[in-house]
Amino acid sequence: MTPLASYLLVAALLFSIGLAGALTRRNAILVLIGIELMLNAANLNLIAFWRYGPHPELLTGMMFAIFSIAVAAAEAAVGLGLVIQIHRHAKTTDLDAMNRMKG
Amino acid sequence: MSFVFYILAALTVAGGLAAMLLKNTVHCALALTVAFAGLALLFLNLDAQFAGFAQILVYIGAVAILVVFAILLTRGSETPRDGVFSRTWLAGLLIAAGVFAVLGWAVIGSVRVLPHETAVPTVTVLQIGNALVSRYVLPLEIVAVLLTAAMIGAVIVAMHEKEGQK
Repeated sequence: MTPLASYLLVAALLFSIGLAGALTRRNAILVLIGIELMLNAANLNLIAFWRYGPHPELLTGMMFAIFSIAVAAAEAAVGLGLVIQIHRHAKTTDLDAMNRMKG
Repeated sequence: MSFVFYILAALTVAGGLAAMLLKNTVHCALALTVAFAGLALLFLNLDAQFAGFAQILVYIGAVAILVVFAILLTRGSETPRDGVFSRTWLAGLLIAAGVFAVLGWAVIGSVRVLPHETAVPTVTVLQIGNALVSRYVLPLEIVAVLLTAAMIGAVIVAMHEKEGQK
């Protein structure tokens, strides 16, 4: 097992954990946490490929990861704002209870 | 593989598992912080110092705090009476297990052709800064616009509705 393959396996495991959480949890915030874990697993892949791939001095994988971190931060801010607003409107964060498009 | 890698990988995966399995939502947020810290340490272990410290600043410093704020504002720490997992949890678990099986199969099957450079890259923050304002200046501007739009959007979405406008 090469180091790169080990990192890729850890990232795949983390991605699957995040996916399982996003698909099975009831609380909307926990679903967002699962999505964050999936994004982080992708970042780990990018950094691992940058480290063990050819031409690390071009910084391609590193830049991808940095931009990905910035986009994930924006996503978290908007997502949590939406959850707070939905909670204010529907008095719940239970996704199974949110079954109407029109409040 | 080094001993350090196994410790960090175990820490990260345990944090992620705890974040998805614990009942109390505040405990989930704390476990999420552990997973983020483990990932930052994995980045440092991969000689990506800048990305590691950016991970600590952005995720542990901002996103985890934001998640805790959202949990406390929505009183999400109360355990719902019909369980923390949705009715279709079995299907979700099967999908996730299938995704992991496919990803693992792809990684194991391509071990021979994966690149393996042993030279440690020496990247300074100066180089990253130069790259950001030369080769990657357009993505940098787009991310700046995106962050501004997201900030304005989050404030507008979370703003109190005026009485009578509902």
